[in-house]
Amino acid sequence: MVDRRYLTYFDWGLLALTFLLASIGLLTLYSAVMAGVPTPQETLFTKQLIWYGIGLVVMAVCILFNYKLMERHAWLIYGGVVLLLLWVMFFGKYIGGSRRWLVFGPVSLQPSELAKIAVIIMLARYYAKYVSGRGFTLKGLQVPVIIALIPFLLIVRQPDLGTAGLIGLIAASMTLFVKIEKRTLLIISGSGIAMALPMWFFFLKEYQRQRILTFINPDRDPLGAGYHIIQSKIAIGSGFLTGKGFLEGTQNALSFLPEQHTDFIFSVLAEEWGFLGAVILIFAFLVFIFWALNIAYSCRDPFGTILAVGITAMIAWQVVINIGMVMGLMPVVGVPLPFISYGGSSLLTTMISVGILLNISMRRFMIE
Amino acid sequence: MSRYLKTVDSEWFRHRLTMVMMCVSVAALVLILRLIYLQIVMGQEYRRMSLNNSIRLQSIDAPRGLIFDRHGNLLVENRPSFDLYISLKDARPVENTLGRLATHASLEETELAERVAGVRGAAYHRPQLLKRDIGRDALAVVAAHRYDLPGIDVQIQRLRNYVHSGLAAHLLGYIGEINTKELQKKIYADSRSGDLIGKTGIERSLEAYLRGKRGGRQVEVNANGQVVQVLHTVPARSGHNVYLTIDSRLQQRAEELLEDKAGAAVALDPNTGEILALASSPAFDQNDFITGLSRDKWNALINNPLRPLENKATQGEYPPASTYKIITAMAGLQEGVIHDSDIIFCPGHYRFGKRNYRCWRRGGHGSVDLNKALAESCDVYFYQVGQRLGIDRLAWYAKAAGLGARTGIELDHEGKGIVPTAAWKEKRTGIPWQPGETLSVAIGQGFNLVTPLQMAVFTAAVASGGVRYQPTLVKRVASWGGDDILRNEPKVVARLPVDPATLALVQKGLWEVVQGDRGTARIARVKGIDVSGKTGTAQVVSREKIEETEDGASIHKYKDHAWFVAYAPSENPRLAIAVIVEHGEHGSSAAAPVARELIKTYLGEVPLAPAVASGSSKAPNG
Repeated sequence: MVDRRYLTYFDWGLLALTFLLASIGLLTLYSAVMAGVPTPQETLFTKQLIWYGIGLVVMAVCILFNYKLMERHAWLIYGGVVLLLLWVMFFGKYIGGSRRWLVFGPVSLQPSELAKIAVIIMLARYYAKYVSGRGFTLKGLQVPVIIALIPFLLIVRQPDLGTAGLIGLIAASMTLFVKIEKRTLLIISGSGIAMALPMWFFFLKEYQRQRILTFINPDRDPLGAGYHIIQSKIAIGSGFLTGKGFLEGTQNALSFLPEQHTDFIFSVLAEEWGFLGAVILIFAFLVFIFWALNIAYSCRDPFGTILAVGITAMIAWQVVINIGMVMGLMPVVGVPLPFISYGGSSLLTTMISVGILLNISMRRFMIE
Repeated sequence: MSRYLKTVDSEWFRHRLTMVMMCVSVAALVLILRLIYLQIVMGQEYRRMSLNNSIRLQSIDAPRGLIFDRHGNLLVENRPSFDLYISLKDARPVENTLGRLATHASLEETELAERVAGVRGAAYHRPQLLKRDIGRDALAVVAAHRYDLPGIDVQIQRLRNYVHSGLAAHLLGYIGEINTKELQKKIYADSRSGDLIGKTGIERSLEAYLRGKRGGRQVEVNANGQVVQVLHTVPARSGHNVYLTIDSRLQQRAEELLEDKAGAAVALDPNTGEILALASSPAFDQNDFITGLSRDKWNALINNPLRPLENKATQGEYPPASTYKIITAMAGLQEGVIHDSDIIFCPGHYRFGKRNYRCWRRGGHGSVDLNKALAESCDVYFYQVGQRLGIDRLAWYAKAAGLGARTGIELDHEGKGIVPTAAWKEKRTGIPWQPGETLSVAIGQGFNLVTPLQMAVFTAAVASGGVRYQPTLVKRVASWGGDDILRNEPKVVARLPVDPATLALVQKGLWEVVQGDRGTARIARVKGIDVSGKTGTAQVVSREKIEETEDGASIHKYKDHAWFVAYAPSENPRLAIAVIVEHGEHGSSAAAPVARELIKTYLGEVPLAPAVASGSSKAPNG
């Protein structure tokens, strides 16, 4: 009993944008892995193609049921993700000094990626129930803080500070969206500063302060992050107006870029396609984000609206942090660029997000 | 739907969403502005920099810390190695250049030619290593003829240098390239492949102090790879200097005395636990490991039946033989199963169960009291003490003496030894303990195994009135500026569980061993200094078996190990020693003279030979 209106209301525009971004992503990834280090990197491209295939299926599944079911079963989703995070903590695979991965045969997953979606759903459920227009007070914020804090701490322990920080940013954005009462906002920001200052001067050791300063300003570490950033800036800047051409990026080809297929993939694109290519990508993201916000705009159900805003916040923050980082505007953190960076878990999360957005979009008539 | 009507209307949400869109637009604007700055405004500049990948990282290696002995004599340093390189494209015609180089620096021309024979392609443009470590004389010649030698370049590299080749080789250890397995370990997180790390000995166990922190330079280079400007520099931090407790004069003497023998000697200060000498023989030359060990040399080292790479002082496990009687005596007196005046008659053997246990002296010792039993090492006396004690009580005292457990000295792969108990044997072999085995254990045979270091530490505890100190090789670690990073203070690990009166009786017996008229180690006497000690002769195979072998030549490997433990002066001791000589036969003849010479060297009865380390430079802040 498929309702015909589903087809009528199906958001073809968002789907087209998704395919556009996916194409740009695959093209750039091809260059990043083919021109860079040879085998076994070549298989990365094939792997990413397969992940896109899986992502499309998962996206389709996310469309099939009414998104309101997620509101009802938010606890189930959230609880499942927390269990996965605990599982990783004890049985996850150590790679490069951190424990983030669950390995099932040839497939490995990062539950921390899924945690972002779970937190968004839980928060949307809570805020939809209690949003009042007057803004949330300290009392009303207790539950959301706990919702975000549990996965946050589990992910910090892995350690994956990038993803943990992202969850914090998403939760903060959603909370600001549903409005914090003015006095409460003052208290929170005031006490934040009041706690940070003595922490900085009395509790942190000198080397810890140095580490934070270096994090904020990579130039302080000219042999590590600072070096990566200057190479990335050279790659982007040398792209000039029209770029060096597909597969012609020298910074990319000679592996002067670190993590060129994951966190620094934007530099590859900007080097080979120049200002024009980079602006087109940023515009594509901008249109995508506005489109998603428009879905929130036209949805008449608070849960759907807040859910769409949360998902948009997730994608928007990742875009801003990742591109800001490779251009030397932000600290160096491991945050992937949605649709573009290599990585199965990240891609899966992005495709689930698109699925949920499509779901909200095509069911907007049900409330009207 | 009623729920949301009560709370907020969609107009409110739309208002909030407009604000969100504004924020997003601002963020996008910032990104695009930055893009304009990087790609349009700075684009030319970055394009230029990317053309020759002009930003490079250059590593600045950190000098490794130096190692000194307790008096500040330099033992391990870093010396420059002058390595000869050639840039083939600048050296043309290559044959002529190489020919001149060979004549000037008296090098083998064919050898040089071989190094560059196969060089093609990209490598042609990079400097190629011609010869490592050419030495100062050759360097001077090459420098003087620079204009005659186009494309020839000398690069300086730091090489680890063990100042006195072969001295304290096991103890100091050596460094080598980090391997894949080590790279994965957490303690080497800062290291990368190609790095040199401590592989054995102090070089390894104090790696964290000795290794400095690598620095680096971010530089801009031109198309020829020459540095145009240095953008950032992070200075390297030198490793810390280590001051050992070793007295290099005593160490060298110990190694001389063990030369041509397989064995070990350990000497320490009984009042602090500081190791003054720790020698193992045969040894090897650590410098061979630095400049590259040939396959033949390596095979010779690992196939040598005398195991030169093993540190016999800490890794070698031997039956303690009669030196163990010190423990049996302490246990017997303390437990009251024997008193010092009790007389036991020794007819040369002791019948227990169905077996006859022999005393080493066939004719017997006659009437024996404690003092005589220790002085003349009467087996029959200690068979009976052991029998009265039982294996588990005896084992308790051995463990209290520090046997059967690692001492915790700063060296890797330390042996634990074995203190047998009834439960241990049952678990190990499944066969219950036989009472007769207790008799063997009581005289240090049977399942007992100890390391020379354990025996030295135990002897030091007897000497110091029962206090067992943590043995250590490290006196101090200091930064290049001379600041203390670590200063080792004497640490008491345990006390021997015996009354002062008991200990005094044992000490008197040990004095009698050397100074008494009929002691087994009269050979260890030193003029003017009273020495206390105990000999031991460890059977490698049972006596019956030796008699079965007819051919005298094959007997060396069946010969007994010779032990001697000692301390001196007997009153207020300043030196405790354990010596083992593998297949040295008698403790008195093979091991005791080594200890005697060490005592002479350290406590100074005879004028000393010129000190080995006197010529070397003093520590900067020693």
